[in-house]
Amino acid sequence: MGDAAHAHAHGEHDAGHCTIWLDGERRRAPIGASVAAALALHGWRGTRTSVSGEPRSALCGMGICFECRVAIDGVPLRRACLVTVREGMEVSTHHA
Amino acid sequence: MRELACDLLVVGAGPAGIAAACAAAERGKKVLVLDENPGAGGQIWRAGTHAPPRAAEPWLARFRASGAELRSGCAVVEGDAARQTLWAQDAEGLLRTRAESIVLATGARELFLPFPGWTLPGVLGAGGLQALAKSGWPVRGKKIGVAGSGPLLLAVAAWLVEHGAHVAFVAEQAPLGRLARFAASLAFQPRKLAQLAALRWKLRGVPQLFSSWPVRANGRAHIDSVELATDGEPQGFLVDALAVGFGLVPETALAEQLGCALDASGAVAVDAEQRTNVERIYAAGEPTGIGGVENALLQGELAGASAAGDARAAHTFARRAARARRFGRALERAFALREELREMPDDDTIVCRCEDVRWDAARELDSARETKLQTRCGMGPCQGRVCQPALHFLKGGRADRRRPPLLPLTLGELAELAADRTTLEHETSR
Ligand SMILES: Cc1cc2nc3c(=O)[nH]c(=O)nc-3n(C[C@H](O)[C@H](O)[C@H](O)COP(=O)(O)OP(=O)(O)OC[C@H]3O[C@@H](n4cnc5c(N)ncnc54)[C@H](O)[C@@H]3O)c2cc1C
Ligand code: FES
Repeated sequence: MGDAAHAHAHGEHDAGHCTIWLDGERRRAPIGASVAAALALHGWRGTRTSVSGEPRSALCGMGICFECRVAIDGVPLRRACLVTVREGMEVSTHHA
Repeated sequence: MRELACDLLVVGAGPAGIAAACAAAERGKKVLVLDENPGAGGQIWRAGTHAPPRAAEPWLARFRASGAELRSGCAVVEGDAARQTLWAQDAEGLLRTRAESIVLATGARELFLPFPGWTLPGVLGAGGLQALAKSGWPVRGKKIGVAGSGPLLLAVAAWLVEHGAHVAFVAEQAPLGRLARFAASLAFQPRKLAQLAALRWKLRGVPQLFSSWPVRANGRAHIDSVELATDGEPQGFLVDALAVGFGLVPETALAEQLGCALDASGAVAVDAEQRTNVERIYAAGEPTGIGGVENALLQGELAGASAAGDARAAHTFARRAARARRFGRALERAFALREELREMPDDDTIVCRCEDVRWDAARELDSARETKLQTRCGMGPCQGRVCQPALHFLKGGRADRRRPPLLPLTLGELAELAADRTTLEHETSR
């Protein structure tokens, strides 16, 4: 059984949410939410490590600072504040 | 490469871009609007997980009915003014867009100034936090400090209160006296006064501090408290987040790349019909100077009508636009940044967040431009959008002019772009 079907059978699916993968962990996110918001909602605080090793996360919320960058479905350097969650999306904060 | 052609290409689907698109499409033009953010509405009207504000509804409805086509998630990365061509990147890769005329309605971005601890997660822009919250970032029940400068602080604080946050303070760097004089000058603008009164009512019970700015954000992997200096007196607050922005700066990167001249304030210079100095390129809204939403709508409508060749309509809008622009200037003077903010960073404070360049490495260098050459400041993925305006404020001197492309592209995309430029040059010289 696929994951979406599995979620459905267990009644975890509702019209307002979708299922996404955050660093390999399965989570639900409101439809229309940005990836940055989904990460924050689920307790991800720093979402990237700076060149001198500091934790960083979203600053501008509008696509200019790149502090929120993550890999989405294998594509690096995606700005999490600009991308809306989609069913089955895989987000990685380790390869940004 | 995919190619889209139209009569009018509008960059930015904020109020200015929407108004320009409506004005031109309703006059029979084929209009294409590109915006890198999801959905229409720009900074003030974007929806996400929340419904757009009521004021946006008539405009969004008019936009839908106008026949203009919107492409969201589509960022313009480079342009060729002589060939009326812009290249954009969306989820599928690069595409080429060509048009008779172009309206640049790229809006503004927040001015971020460095102070100790500002790089901690949980320190966000003021407009930045609001934008994220509109897309579902959790604020309900959180204790949030709001700091920096400008009318946006009150708007953001009121929005946060309405959405269940506990706003710990609003710290405005400008002195109360200067702002009181500005408010008094609004006596003949009852709408603006009413807006101000409504904001203050929503914020009753929230400490509003003047001549106040952040000295340090504390926390290990996330902010947990902030120290302010208010009239020179230290004051500490426990917070879950700090929303801090020192005003807005016009987003002029694309305009500059296309060769549009800037005025002395660093905004795109336009004539009474929103024309830039580059033929058939217009600019509308915040790129021409910070003036708020009414100003953006008027300028957009004006640019769209003018680009569609309707000089009469353009003339009527021009007078109202001039009045809105004067208001923008008065606002800028009232919230002018004070000298002391230049002392905020200490030696160890990071000034370039992409390359982790610290203030002690940048302080002695002459200008923003020199700093970029010597320290890699501004060479990271944000292409200097965050650090260059900050260094410009801290040091004076002109900010560095950006070179294409506007966003970091992969090597493959850069090669594709270069090849397409050459193809286009051949096609058009034949
Ligand atoms: C973060 C932020 C929050 C704000 N919040 C408020 C508020 O709550 N209330 C208020 O009254 N005012 C607010 N403002 C001020 C606001 O900018 C103006 O009131 C008004 O929205 C300006 O309209 P505009 O059309 O000029 O720009 P914007 O609304 O900023 O629209 C510009 C659009 O251009 C797009 N864009 C820019 N560059 C490119 C590119 N290269 N490719 C593709 N698309 C591009 C952006 O994605 C954006 O959607 C805010 C400003 C900012 C920066
Ligand atoms: S938060 Fe700045 S680019 Fe996403």
